[in-house]
Amino acid sequence: MSEILEARPATQASKLRIIDSDIHPSLRSEADLNPYLPARWRQHIAEYGKLGRGPYAARNTYPRFQPFLARRDSFPPNGGPPGSDLAFMREQLLDLYDIEYGILEPLMPSNLVRNLELGAALCSAINDWQVAAFTSQEKRLRASIQIPFEDAKAAVAEIDKRVANRDFAQIQLTSRSTEPLGRPRYWPIFEAAAHHGLPIGLHIGGEAGHGPTAAGWPSFYIEDHHGLSHSMQCQITSMVLEGVFERFPTLKIIMIEGGFAWLPPLAWRLDRHWEKMRGEVPHLRQPPSAYIRQNLWVSTQPMEEPENPEDLRLVLSRIGWDRVLFATDYPHWDFDDPRYAFPCRLSEAERRAIFRGNAEAVYRFE
Amino acid sequence: MSPSAIFQGHRPIDCDLHPMVPSMRALTPYMDEFWADQVVERNITTLDSQSWPIKAPKTIRADWRGPNGRGAETVEQLRTQVLDRFGIETGILNPLYGVQLVLNADMAVAFTRALNDWTRAEWLDKDDRLRASIVLPLQSIEASLEEIERLAGDRRFVQVLALVMGDRPLGKRDYWPIYEACERHGLAFGIHAGSAYRHPQTSVGWTSWYLEEYAANQQGFQSQLASLITEGALTQHPKLKVVLLESGVTWLPGFLWRLQKTWKGVRFETPWVTRPPAEILRDQIRLTVQPLDAPETEVERALAHLRSDDMLLWASDWPHWQFDGDDAIPPGLPERLLPKVLRENALATYARLHEGALA
Repeated sequence: MSEILEARPATQASKLRIIDSDIHPSLRSEADLNPYLPARWRQHIAEYGKLGRGPYAARNTYPRFQPFLARRDSFPPNGGPPGSDLAFMREQLLDLYDIEYGILEPLMPSNLVRNLELGAALCSAINDWQVAAFTSQEKRLRASIQIPFEDAKAAVAEIDKRVANRDFAQIQLTSRSTEPLGRPRYWPIFEAAAHHGLPIGLHIGGEAGHGPTAAGWPSFYIEDHHGLSHSMQCQITSMVLEGVFERFPTLKIIMIEGGFAWLPPLAWRLDRHWEKMRGEVPHLRQPPSAYIRQNLWVSTQPMEEPENPEDLRLVLSRIGWDRVLFATDYPHWDFDDPRYAFPCRLSEAERRAIFRGNAEAVYRFE
Repeated sequence: MSPSAIFQGHRPIDCDLHPMVPSMRALTPYMDEFWADQVVERNITTLDSQSWPIKAPKTIRADWRGPNGRGAETVEQLRTQVLDRFGIETGILNPLYGVQLVLNADMAVAFTRALNDWTRAEWLDKDDRLRASIVLPLQSIEASLEEIERLAGDRRFVQVLALVMGDRPLGKRDYWPIYEACERHGLAFGIHAGSAYRHPQTSVGWTSWYLEEYAANQQGFQSQLASLITEGALTQHPKLKVVLLESGVTWLPGFLWRLQKTWKGVRFETPWVTRPPAEILRDQIRLTVQPLDAPETEVERALAHLRSDDMLLWASDWPHWQFDGDDAIPPGLPERLLPKVLRENALATYARLHEGALA
């Protein structure tokens, strides 16, 4: 059941001290957050749960294909769910692949619960828990500041509360939101990120109440899964067109787990139609592609698979070899093993940039 | 070079022309007494859609506007601006009046019938080069089927038409009788950019800008393709051709690279999809080339990723502003593709074009 089938890598990688920009930690149980939640919210959760914008009380809208979305071999000996056992995470991920830094991306009900005060309390509790359960015990792991982004004022308060703690390498945002993230109601978050020099990790996911397509609700998980990359595309379009990067030119947005082959064609499309409609967006002083090149980074997993694998090189060169960050997505089912992840050849310099150098340049490590 | 010289010898087929309804007053002659009366009494003066704001530069090219600021209202304009100018042999009309936006299904059916009859009388009857789409009142599948049966006998209708952002994903099973009717009558299923505004234009909510909304059509097209594939609508109707109109083109390879990968991972969710999505799409999906959405220097490599020369159909997208002057073929489109893109692919897509004047 937990047998790992190994294949020989096509080329043996040199030792890189990898930086992994997408690791998902889990609670052993919901009670793990209790020490960090006020009694008032523990009581509320016990009675009403964490009411969100999906139909079910305690699950996702579209049933996944793996329990906890996880690799079958990632269930740890502590009996908790995958990603909940630090010792096992060290063994199965950090030590095995010689990962120097790994960025934690907690995905759990918090920033999109409907009750904004509960959302703020949950985000804060998750931040305390990341430090207590992971980063204080393991210096290779770095936390993400979870924020109640639908309430920008509370989100900024949470950023301010955490920014001095160097265990936090970035601010985390979710790609599905109630409104496109470029809209001015979210700008205080971008202002705080730019002010503190913290990158924003925009991770796919979330249930924000809108159908995954502009024609409503599809039937299948595979459609919803594809739609996640659409949420990323629409957020980038929104941030560019609203002038977020004109207003905050030093802002760094890292798009995590959204794929990336769509990015160059999206930039072309925006440029082309901006040429005809720039009168609508006079606040943009450059073509959309210039902001995309200036303010965006992408993580690798899950990478699109061109029918001719070498075409991936063309895509990566269009995005910029300095803008691509390696990610495993551990412990999820579509985990990328750094030895086999790339179907195309990479030069030594390209490998150094993607597996390590680019992340070093964009995240806050010290 | 004169504009028609660019196209010389190709006998081009223009797959996306938009006649624009001047006002509801133009449609009332094609309604029964009850609905004509409703239009007057309720002061329903226009169904112009937000998807194409009349005064926006994109909606009507500046030099194609008439003195009233509107455009594409007469066959004469179409002849002067496109048909005669480029030496078009056949042009396909795709009316975009906002009948799909109507919430009252009875009203929608009445207005859609009037629109289709207006297209027939005011356009098809006035120029032999023209063909058209049957606009579907998808508010009712039953009424859509009736509309197809009512008009399919007129062989100048070569396609049926839906908006990309409608009520529900188009692969859903209750839409399948429409695909069966299309196969039976030799009609293509056209999906055009635009929303019926049943949902926000993005999965993260309503957009602020028209440019943002226009760009979002590409996610709409991708979702519809994902739906048509995963539900089995395409494989169950193997003769059906689906034409994406004003969709953009260059997003397609990246979409396929991801969908095909995910399909490999979770294909047991949809075991009836027994062929790789890329193969299904190459067989059954066609796209018009305005807009194409790539810089001139990238077009050839971007199109090579389609791994098919059969998928692209030329269109002017008149009167939408996709190009200036006579630059109607997207710059960078390889010369060797012109015979297929300008003509042969359209003939292979639209079964009915082989009839009549083109036979």
